[in-house]
Amino acid sequence: MAEEHSVGANENALALEATGLEMSYGGVRVLSGIDLQMPRGSVLAMLGPNGAGKTTTVRILSTLIRADAGRARVAGFDVATEREHVRRRISLTGQYAAVDELQTGDENLRMIGRLRGFDRSQSARRAGELLERFDLLEAGGRRVATYSGGMRRRLDLAMSLVSEPAVLFLDEPTTGLDPRSRQTMWLLVAELAQRGVSVFLTTQYLEEADRLADQIVVLDRGAIVAQGTAAELKRRVAEQRLVLRLVNPDALADVAWALGDRAIEVDRGELTIVAPCDGGAREVRALLDEIDPDRSAIDDFAVRNATLDDVFMELTNV
Amino acid sequence: MSESLILTARCLRLSRRQVDALITALLLPVLLMVVFVVLFGGAIHTGTKYVTYVVPGVLLLCAGYSSSLTAVAVCQDMTSGCIDRLRSMNVRGASLLVGHVAASAARNLASGVLVVAVALALGFHPHAGVLGWLAAAGVLLAFIVAISGLSVAIGLLARSPEAASGFTFLVMFLPYASSAFVPVDTMPAWLRGFAAHQPITPITETLRGLLLGTPVGSNAWVALIWCAGILAVSIVAAGALFARRIA
Repeated sequence: MAEEHSVGANENALALEATGLEMSYGGVRVLSGIDLQMPRGSVLAMLGPNGAGKTTTVRILSTLIRADAGRARVAGFDVATEREHVRRRISLTGQYAAVDELQTGDENLRMIGRLRGFDRSQSARRAGELLERFDLLEAGGRRVATYSGGMRRRLDLAMSLVSEPAVLFLDEPTTGLDPRSRQTMWLLVAELAQRGVSVFLTTQYLEEADRLADQIVVLDRGAIVAQGTAAELKRRVAEQRLVLRLVNPDALADVAWALGDRAIEVDRGELTIVAPCDGGAREVRALLDEIDPDRSAIDDFAVRNATLDDVFMELTNV
Repeated sequence: MSESLILTARCLRLSRRQVDALITALLLPVLLMVVFVVLFGGAIHTGTKYVTYVVPGVLLLCAGYSSSLTAVAVCQDMTSGCIDRLRSMNVRGASLLVGHVAASAARNLASGVLVVAVALALGFHPHAGVLGWLAAAGVLLAFIVAISGLSVAIGLLARSPEAASGFTFLVMFLPYASSAFVPVDTMPAWLRGFAAHQPITPITETLRGLLLGTPVGSNAWVALIWCAGILAVSIVAAGALFARRIA
């Protein structure tokens, strides 16, 4: 496996870079121009709701499907024209744990070792190391069918690490896990990042991206709507929310128009509009004067703390 | 090649542990032999002892059942994320499919041995020499590989493992409308043409001839051509279906 480490000319390359990735399925646009850059040894989280195109992005970057347009390089190699080089340097842990229920944890790991080109004793040794590291030593001899959801995910992740990958793809690694198992997965991923593995992960949870990622990319309906560090994104999103209740639908339309892209949520049924603010009296007064100079459109208003959901809504509702 | 071997070992390990399927696979040959020979055999007149007549048919019936398990297993691998992991590891899709066919062949040969053992216990008197046995095993293997290849294609076509298992019905039915269990000339005229020319009949006749030491005539070539044809079509179909599946 010495060849794995001889990156040569690609020594300084980014772990991952993509420009203009586009993908459609049956005339439906799934990705419309994705640009990504992930420095070597960092963790990038792609955050987005269901159907945003996260899994499609992972499938393109991990060489499973070809994008309709755009280019991407992973570990220094082109995912479309140099698939085999990419595949030798990546591991993929998909959304659904790809483990054989009727094999034991140990057998699953050893099989991957053999397929990665290790001989029998190397595979057995590696399986033992990983079982220990992922707290599966006791369960290693049992069939996976008897494992809990959290144990399955840990085994799935362990299977991705049999031959230390340069870039690890994790597609929604904690979806469907209970809070405790989620914490464990977070610790494991954080440990990998510390060891210098470049990790590309997708998630629906802001908290997960916040915990694990150096960089966050927010994906919505196939397009990147925001990116930056967790702190940068939080700064972009105000801490407080101003909830306005309008007198009638006409007033709602006027005020929504006056707010422009500051209106995060417009609810025509409830006649409410939500906008970000700092919560101070001065800002609220100025805003109300600006959008409702006649003092006739707004019935009442309230200021509340932004929730994580608000942050997500604001970023994905551009 | 070594990828195929590793994946064949995996398929065999998984099928050994599917307890319900394993029990069915072991019981089926025994039960079928007992049902045909002990229950129906007295009423069916074939000119020879019925146990002697029916052995090839039961061999083919069991092979059909066992390969339908292959369709289910392939479909599971395609829908479970297993194939994504393997492809991302640069394992060729063909290695996985070859592994399934090889495991299916191994399972089938084991069940074939069981069928012959039960038949011998029920009074089967083959008249084949060593060459006859080897030739019979070869023809059976050709049939098994062909039908396993077909099962792989069905497994790639089916959207769910449940749909793939519907394939069992078709392959379990074919031997009944052939010379496997009753002579074709006892069937109604409209069925005779189909029964005489579908692949199971020449394969059955070839096995019967080889095991009993009687002449097989052109049946052997017809049987092998059918097997080669089914396998060739299956490989082409599997290639196209696999490409569509991973797009």
